Amino acid sequence: MWRSTTPAARGGAGPHDGPLLAVDDLHVEFVTRQGVVKAVNGVSYWLNPGETLAVLGESGSGKSVTAQAIMGILDTPPARVSGGRIRFRGTDLLKLREDARSQIRGRRIAMIFQDALSALNPVFTVGAQIGEMFRVHLGDSRREAHRKAIELMDRVRIPGARQRVHDYPHQFSGGMRQRVMIAMAIALDPEVLIADEPTTALDVTVQAQIMELLAELRRESDMGLILITHDLGVVADVADRIAVMYGGRIVENALVHDVYRAPAHPYTKGLLESIPRVDRKGRQLSAIEGTPPNPLDMPPGCAFTPRCSYRQDNCVADVPPLHRIGPTRGSACHYWREVLDGSHG
Amino acid sequence: MAATGEPILEVRHLVKHFPLTQGALFRKQVGAIRAVDGVSFELRRGETLGIVGESGCGKSTLAKLLTALERPTSGSVRIRGREIAHARGAELKQVRRNIQMVMQDPYTSLNPRMTVGDIVGEPYEIHPEVVPKGDRRRAVRELLEVVGLNPDHADRYPHQFSGGQRQRVGIARGLALRPEIIICDEPVSALDVSIQAQVVNLLERLQDEFGIAYVFIAHDLSVIRHISDRVGVMYLGKMVELGADAEIYDRPVHPYTQALLSAVPVPDPEGRERRQRIILQGDPPSPASPPSGCRFRTRCWKAREVCAEQEPLLQIRPGTAHASACHFA
Amino acid sequence: MGDSPAPATGHARHARRPSRFRSSGSSRGSGRRGRAQEIRPASLWSDAWQDLRGRPLFVGAAFIIIVFLAMSAFPRLFTSVNPFDAATCQLSDARQGVSGLHWFGTDNLGCDVYARVVYGARNSVVIGVTTTVATALFGGLLGLVAGFTGGAVDTLFSRITEIFFAIPSVLGALLILSVFRTGNVWTVVLALAVLAWPMTFRIARAAVITAKSQDYVLAAVGLGASAPRIMFRHILPNAVAPVIVVATINLGTFVAAEAGLSFLGVGLNSPDISWGLMIADARRRFLEAPGPLLFPALFLSLTVLAFIMLGDAVRDALDPKLR
Repeated sequence: MWRSTTPAARGGAGPHDGPLLAVDDLHVEFVTRQGVVKAVNGVSYWLNPGETLAVLGESGSGKSVTAQAIMGILDTPPARVSGGRIRFRGTDLLKLREDARSQIRGRRIAMIFQDALSALNPVFTVGAQIGEMFRVHLGDSRREAHRKAIELMDRVRIPGARQRVHDYPHQFSGGMRQRVMIAMAIALDPEVLIADEPTTALDVTVQAQIMELLAELRRESDMGLILITHDLGVVADVADRIAVMYGGRIVENALVHDVYRAPAHPYTKGLLESIPRVDRKGRQLSAIEGTPPNPLDMPPGCAFTPRCSYRQDNCVADVPPLHRIGPTRGSACHYWREVLDGSHG
Repeated sequence: MAATGEPILEVRHLVKHFPLTQGALFRKQVGAIRAVDGVSFELRRGETLGIVGESGCGKSTLAKLLTALERPTSGSVRIRGREIAHARGAELKQVRRNIQMVMQDPYTSLNPRMTVGDIVGEPYEIHPEVVPKGDRRRAVRELLEVVGLNPDHADRYPHQFSGGQRQRVGIARGLALRPEIIICDEPVSALDVSIQAQVVNLLERLQDEFGIAYVFIAHDLSVIRHISDRVGVMYLGKMVELGADAEIYDRPVHPYTQALLSAVPVPDPEGRERRQRIILQGDPPSPASPPSGCRFRTRCWKAREVCAEQEPLLQIRPGTAHASACHFA
Repeated sequence: MGDSPAPATGHARHARRPSRFRSSGSSRGSGRRGRAQEIRPASLWSDAWQDLRGRPLFVGAAFIIIVFLAMSAFPRLFTSVNPFDAATCQLSDARQGVSGLHWFGTDNLGCDVYARVVYGARNSVVIGVTTTVATALFGGLLGLVAGFTGGAVDTLFSRITEIFFAIPSVLGALLILSVFRTGNVWTVVLALAVLAWPMTFRIARAAVITAKSQDYVLAAVGLGASAPRIMFRHILPNAVAPVIVVATINLGTFVAAEAGLSFLGVGLNSPDISWGLMIADARRRFLEAPGPLLFPALFLSLTVLAFIMLGDAVRDALDPKLR
């Protein structure tokens, strides 16, 4: 196998005593006809080697935009990174020139998407597309790339890889296509893999297969995994830590066990109480009233205020900072103590 | 919410095959997609029957058959004894008053060029006998209020509403004719997590208020469990297990149901390392050429020769209180 | 373009509702959101009209079109010179430049170009507008029926249009016009419309098929809606936009095509006047005297532009999302 070097042995972009990847006070705006949309408003999170970080949020929460900013694949314009740092092994990616960034993109930080069909080129065989990674980044010969493509397809457990390497994307089922995407993403042994809703379009039995595969791949290497999802079940299943996003901000981050045991932000708490569970028949769901904020028209102060049962007058005026409430835990709620107490009680 | 009385909806041996054709000018049939292949069930007043299955299992085709948007190849759908599968014209229009639907995608299910008031009021224009002309405006306002929308927003267009609000508009439209049955085809799967509970609660409240019976079709097993009184599990056009919700979820006997249930992630990390999970291999076969005998046998760990030879019928088997279609249940 | 049957029905239906009334107030863009509490009648077509009245693009286009329509109907309002009167042309005045007497100069025969442009408007505008309306209605309606019905009807109509597509347009027009002994406005309209409707048909059919597969159409079927209701209430409003756009773009082509046919001797003939004829006549001496070509061309461009602007404005107004 070509997996001969550990990420650390390959040498980083600089000294890296800190986390593998750290997003620090990131701001992203979209300039639209209706005005400037602040999609990401000071997001900070970090990822350690070998760790799975779940970024949980609904549509419009900014979770995917943050990931695209890390990858450097935002459409600019209309998007614009208006502040913050993204440090990868200590180096601020936002300060790098485009050629230096493209050395990292796909090679050391890779990404898979929800819609595998549109992410694959319909007119090339999957073998050619996987092999392309080796030909472009490593300058491998056609024959060598072909051999490695088959090896990779084996590794993501596509049955009959030797034959299927010649098939086109439309000949694969949704789950197999997602495996092809994963194969391309892990081709160059990335140090960070970002998975943006990788199973949302898939059936539950196929979802289980894909999540199992991702977990195995992560165990095999020291790769850090950022799992972007809206599914509290998937998070509980695989994540080590969680960052909950709402209205372009992180509202809570914590170890996964802590959050499910006792959420420290009203939004997280509301979400956990509002979802039905397959393992027990509950009574009426306690829904979060109202709707997620319109990014064009963000409420002042804390974005969750209009829907929050803990709200007080100052919530409208002051944006709550991410209070540090434990060594690995933060909550962006003025009343996190009350929320925590309520959760325990 | 308890189901009472005799069935108001009876489905018997419902079959829908979509022909596969070849040739541009003279089409000839070369095969058929067997989307729904012999499904039977009953629905009682005020009851919720959940239908769960993965993509391609035929559950959406079933929804279209129940609402007469598709004509079955064979079999019958009776609403209060009246056959709708072959009804036409005025008769079909009459039956439709009693069976309405809520669709999956709140973005495409509302005409973008009609106001919300006109969308909710359209059932009354189609069935003018339901509400006299002078009262329609009031009826529309009431409907909007019932589903939790501001009646003053009746003159807005769908794009001015959020996904959850649009789904409420779709529900109001489904309620307008006061049907006894509403077919819900994935009514919450396109919505944000925090909105899903609102819509589920709304559907439950409406059921209590108006005694509506639901056929609730979804791929999300958690939502199905929450809302259903009885549950049917579909695989490749067949119902493989059917029974009370507690029976299906706590004592599943069909291997497919077992695998499906074990694959659902539980939103609780405690003890996740010890959780047993059945990971099915491969993908479901194509409904154009389903396996002989039991359709699940190609992915089943219990499969024997008999599974390829004999099709297991959906029936109550020894030791269980509900119907299942597995030789080894 | 605004006289397709559906707008009228839409209007009438809502006008009959006594309980709904319109409040006055601005009807434009951002104002809508704020006026949530106001009670006003709403239908696609009345809302679209409200919206159109506030669009500068529409107002400008409508103004230009009204001027040209007035010019076609009452040319005397615009000039006192009658170009059909041979006495007004003096060969000694030939090819004069722009002057106070001859605003646009004179042509080869010493006729006043301005008067001829004014009098030429009638034929050009009538040909352009009539052909556009005829193709949009005929092609659009057939497209609606074919797309909605599908099956054998659709196949039949589609094959017929393909036959028309196969006819080279110049040859086809020559053929049709040669049947008539003399060319006039209506024979030209007929020839152009016969050759142009399949294009509108195709666009309408495609738009209808797209609209037909939408969930809201299915929802209407599930409510028990009749076929006409589904066609005119749900499909037509959602399929009409591309037809409007193509129709207004085609308008210019038709005016220009008339010129081509006249040049070939099968369209209009002198002493008839049209912008197309004028452009064709002035081509050969363009370098010596550009005026006789430039002025009718300018009017032609203005007409085409105005109709394209009108089409764009109507299309946007019919889309609630763009209001």
